[in-house]
Amino acid sequence: MIGKFVSLSTVGVPLDRGNVDTDAIIPARYLKTLKRTGLGVGLFFAWRYDAEGAPRPDFPLNRPEYHGGEVLVAGENFGCGSSREHAVWALMDFGFRAVIAPSFSDIFHSNCLKNGMLPVTLPAAAVRSMIDALLAAPGGKVEVDLPAQTVRGPDGGIHPFRIDSFAKKCLLEGLDEIALTLTCAAEIGRYERERKKATPWLFLDLAG
Amino acid sequence: MPTLFEKIRDRHVVTSREDGNVLLYIDRQLIHEVTSPQAFEGLRTAGRSVRRPGAMLAVPDHNVPTTPDRTVRIDDRESREQIEELRKNALGAGVALFDITDPRQGIVHIIGPESGLVQPGITIVCGDSHTGTLGAFGTIAFGVGTSEVEHVLATQTLWQRMPRRMRVMVNGALRSLVTPKDVILAVIAKIGASGGTGYAIEFAGETIRRMSMEGRMTVCNMTIEAGARFGLIAPDETTFAYLSGRPLAPPPSLWDAAVADWKSLPSDPDAAWDREVALDASNLEPHVTWGTSPQDALPVGGIVPDPEKQEDPGERARMRRALEYMALSPGTRLTAIPVDKVFIGSCTNSRIEDLRAAAAVAKGRKVHADVTALVVPGSGLVKRQAEEEGLDRVFVEAGFQWRLPGCSMCLGMNPDKLKPGERCASTSNRNFEGRQGPGGRTHLMSPPMAAAAAIAGRIADVREVAR
Repeated sequence: MIGKFVSLSTVGVPLDRGNVDTDAIIPARYLKTLKRTGLGVGLFFAWRYDAEGAPRPDFPLNRPEYHGGEVLVAGENFGCGSSREHAVWALMDFGFRAVIAPSFSDIFHSNCLKNGMLPVTLPAAAVRSMIDALLAAPGGKVEVDLPAQTVRGPDGGIHPFRIDSFAKKCLLEGLDEIALTLTCAAEIGRYERERKKATPWLFLDLAG
Repeated sequence: MPTLFEKIRDRHVVTSREDGNVLLYIDRQLIHEVTSPQAFEGLRTAGRSVRRPGAMLAVPDHNVPTTPDRTVRIDDRESREQIEELRKNALGAGVALFDITDPRQGIVHIIGPESGLVQPGITIVCGDSHTGTLGAFGTIAFGVGTSEVEHVLATQTLWQRMPRRMRVMVNGALRSLVTPKDVILAVIAKIGASGGTGYAIEFAGETIRRMSMEGRMTVCNMTIEAGARFGLIAPDETTFAYLSGRPLAPPPSLWDAAVADWKSLPSDPDAAWDREVALDASNLEPHVTWGTSPQDALPVGGIVPDPEKQEDPGERARMRRALEYMALSPGTRLTAIPVDKVFIGSCTNSRIEDLRAAAAVAKGRKVHADVTALVVPGSGLVKRQAEEEGLDRVFVEAGFQWRLPGCSMCLGMNPDKLKPGERCASTSNRNFEGRQGPGGRTHLMSPPMAAAAAIAGRIADVREVAR
């Protein structure tokens, strides 16, 4: 079961970098867990802390003005690299519910939707001005309205965004995708029987 | 007029929705210890079971140590627990497991093809972004998150949208000591780290046709570094010859039917593409990365670029940060950059041909006194083959460490990692900040180039070292 997402009105946290990869979001050494929870401690670890483990005061997540913000606003190609869903779990564990960026990696985008986290793609110029405004006046509010598919920036500007209609429905209702797919079990069974006739070599048991 | 991707997709559609998503049947899933525990836990919590255990294969690779004592004990408690959890989950569900003591154990993307289970026309996923490697066989192969791993365990399907279609044509004969790794680094440099986002990329052209399956896997492996979830190459006689006789390939009684089926897969000559890119490989030089994105690749004869000459302010800022992290100054010759460590391994470059190419450079030479160099075969079978050919002795006599199979120093989650500030010549796939260990600095290159760097103690043009 995924968490529901409807709307947010929250402090926007700017991360003025492009190509933020999932190794940066959550380093591999935090992936040795058997759980989905508790990963917030490792979020952006190398950027949040210096080599001695002291918080870097200028990193946005460490600045009190941005404390409690639930929307991250970042540069293009956010979430590139490793498929680790831990990146989404870490962002959510820290308190984020949405990320706004000009573009996302395909796998990260998909991972967000499976967890009730909203990836919002906006034009690069809109994201640029939002980051600039949040840096210039920390604590600015960002509103995300999923039913209306709009973002209201700290300057009051309204930006519409697009989202796959099924993904929207899943987010709004917190649907369990596996349960939905299992309602197609008869079709899956039929497909397997036909396919087994056409390509029997694909139905040999790998366990031998 | 469909493409290879479209042909495979069309035969895997179980049902479709009005919004354009299709329920795609997934023929096979590979499973490793890091991205699967939560998926199995999710199944248990919901009271569900694995739909087709016989369509899965599990292997520990990401956090296994590569030293011989690993079969006796693994010091890191969390790593040990993940490996034990994988064992428990696989055995409990009846899923095949190449365990840590199994001679077939190795990196998930190496052992899949090696066993023969990756065949043209299939759909295959793994909770790992480098699953695109397997597209070299003419498959729809892609990396998924843990929720999707669970979805496939429970339903043997995934909901997917049709990606856009890109074809990358590579023509021209590769020069001596220029490798498939250099081809893919050049492609990524050309289209950028997000140039392939939303696309399935088919690699075609004479250069690709001439490549072995191992070279093709290296190319498809790094498709994700250009942003594309899928990389594909049309199956041909090279593909069929590679598969013939492998343990999990179609048995002799079904072989001819399988090959006939596979021959129908290549993209039609009049197939439509949303984007086409061409690369002339005939003048390609060995490539090396200087920055913290795989797109930061240049010919080895080049210099560290100057961010101040970059017009785009975002790119300028990114380059400045990259140079600061890498501790490099604009204008420095790439061959003047010293290295502390050399890593030959990873799902990109740890197959037998990679090891042969590196050994040919290492033979009769010595690793530089200031360098620690590792060679990590991609699987137990690659290791055995290399030892039968005497490659291990070549490496050890030259001063390289010869290790047990695993992901090793590619990703900083097992004992093989860089210390802060260390610089590594690496045959892996990512030069992200901290990828090989916190504060570590990575330069990506081919196996012969990495061997040359080990000998020279700095980034070097292998054509000069091997002269």
